[in-house]
Amino acid sequence: MTIIEVKHLVKKFKHFTAVDDLSFKVDKGEIFAFLGPNGAGKTTTVKMLTTILKPTSGDIKINHYNIKSDVIKIRRSFGIIFQDPTLEDELTAMENMKLHAYMYNMKKDDIYKLSKQFLEFVDLWDKKDVFVRDFSVGMKRRLEVARSFMHEPKILFLDEPTAGLDVQTRNYIWKYLKEIKEKHKVTIFFTTHYLEEAEKYADKIVIIDHGKLIIEGTLSSIKNRTKTKTLEEAFLKLTGHHIRDENEDAEMSHIKRRSFIYK
Amino acid sequence: MKAIYILWLRQVKRYYRSPERIIGLLGQPILFLIAFGYGFGPIYKAAGQGNYIQFLVPGIIGMSVLVTAVISGIEVLWDKQFGFLKETLVSPVPRINIMIGRTLGGATAATIQGIIVFIIALFIGFKPYTLSFLPAALIFVILVAIFFTALGTAIASLMKDMQGFQLIVNFLMMPIFFLSGALFPINNIPGDIKIVTVFNPLSYGIDGIRDTLTRITTFGVVNDFYILFFMTVMILIIGSFIFSKIQI
Repeated sequence: MTIIEVKHLVKKFKHFTAVDDLSFKVDKGEIFAFLGPNGAGKTTTVKMLTTILKPTSGDIKINHYNIKSDVIKIRRSFGIIFQDPTLEDELTAMENMKLHAYMYNMKKDDIYKLSKQFLEFVDLWDKKDVFVRDFSVGMKRRLEVARSFMHEPKILFLDEPTAGLDVQTRNYIWKYLKEIKEKHKVTIFFTTHYLEEAEKYADKIVIIDHGKLIIEGTLSSIKNRTKTKTLEEAFLKLTGHHIRDENEDAEMSHIKRRSFIYK
Repeated sequence: MKAIYILWLRQVKRYYRSPERIIGLLGQPILFLIAFGYGFGPIYKAAGQGNYIQFLVPGIIGMSVLVTAVISGIEVLWDKQFGFLKETLVSPVPRINIMIGRTLGGATAATIQGIIVFIIALFIGFKPYTLSFLPAALIFVILVAIFFTALGTAIASLMKDMQGFQLIVNFLMMPIFFLSGALFPINNIPGDIKIVTVFNPLSYGIDGIRDTLTRITTFGVVNDFYILFFMTVMILIIGSFIFSKIQI
């Protein structure tokens, strides 16, 4: 059953097309890797899927809700872990969990119970009263994993969730994500530059470049079609070897934008 | 309502967990109270205008609230830069509620700063006309706090860097403060400048505080209230609209 459906998605910033006629589907319960070189349009696509940016054209359905008419319902359907921490440093871990719970209008009785459950899950329960400013990068990421599941989302978006983390923490993060995915039947949509993570964990992979879809399928089908042995070889064959200097955000920031944000 | 409450609480916690910020924001008002109060006091008295401290304190309370409120807008930029804003913008909370929660939080901090300045003023010789009007004075302090927190938040929503925000805020705050009647009576100032004071929301805030604390007034407390209330509602509407268009 499809839980994310993207049809002919386009995002233009004046003359710059960040996402160009992108279409794909994600099935319920899948781990879906969304890959591409720097400036390919990954972050812009994630921003559109998570209602931060409004598309220029095209359709998005998340958890069967249309992004044009059901923004609030869509926001309830997903959790997200951004590339950079989005925690409030001046609050404790528990206060951050509580803040998230209130933002998602959770019942008071559930807040303590679920905070405890998920903080224990990421081995941070004993640090619940510690200020986040005193956490390491890895601890912050674990706290974000716990927080993202507080409102029991159907989909989890992860925008380079393990960027800048050491191997041990990366393995732990994926261990948590896999376990939660199995237990709560959550769909995981992630972007990464660590292709071995996509190889190891993704059920389905999409590679985009210059805002367009280049290939989609399972790891084995991509390797077969590109006649390569690894995902990295396939990736380089499809997107080229030259270094990309583009930065989507920098590109966008040079363009005076009118508002296209959902309220 | 839960979201508004938790965003308000977050702002308040950030405020009281930062004593250096509380003390830092008191430096300028105390300096103004002492320097202007004792410096201009004799001249004011010689001109037959009475006790300058009585005139000055409501203006300095207004200044303290103005500065704290506008500066709290910088937290939007801080949250943009350090990511917390993303967390709020992807939550199922209408942007207007996020704006209201943040504004009320910043306004609470600004109101507390105003109360602290009032207490300090009591120690340097300020005597309220009657204590029974203190709640009315507090209402004016709260309105000024909400107005300028919303203004600061709206300006910060449009900006990308903190340095630019500081420049714009300084550019705005100085004329707003000096042309509000905080330091001198605006009854007899030249016509062109007086027009600016009439459109300045802080003029009504300070006049309202002054009237309720000392019975000295320019516009009348009822006019002060209605005009400031109207301006506050307008800036909340405009600020919410601008905040709803915020870019991250």
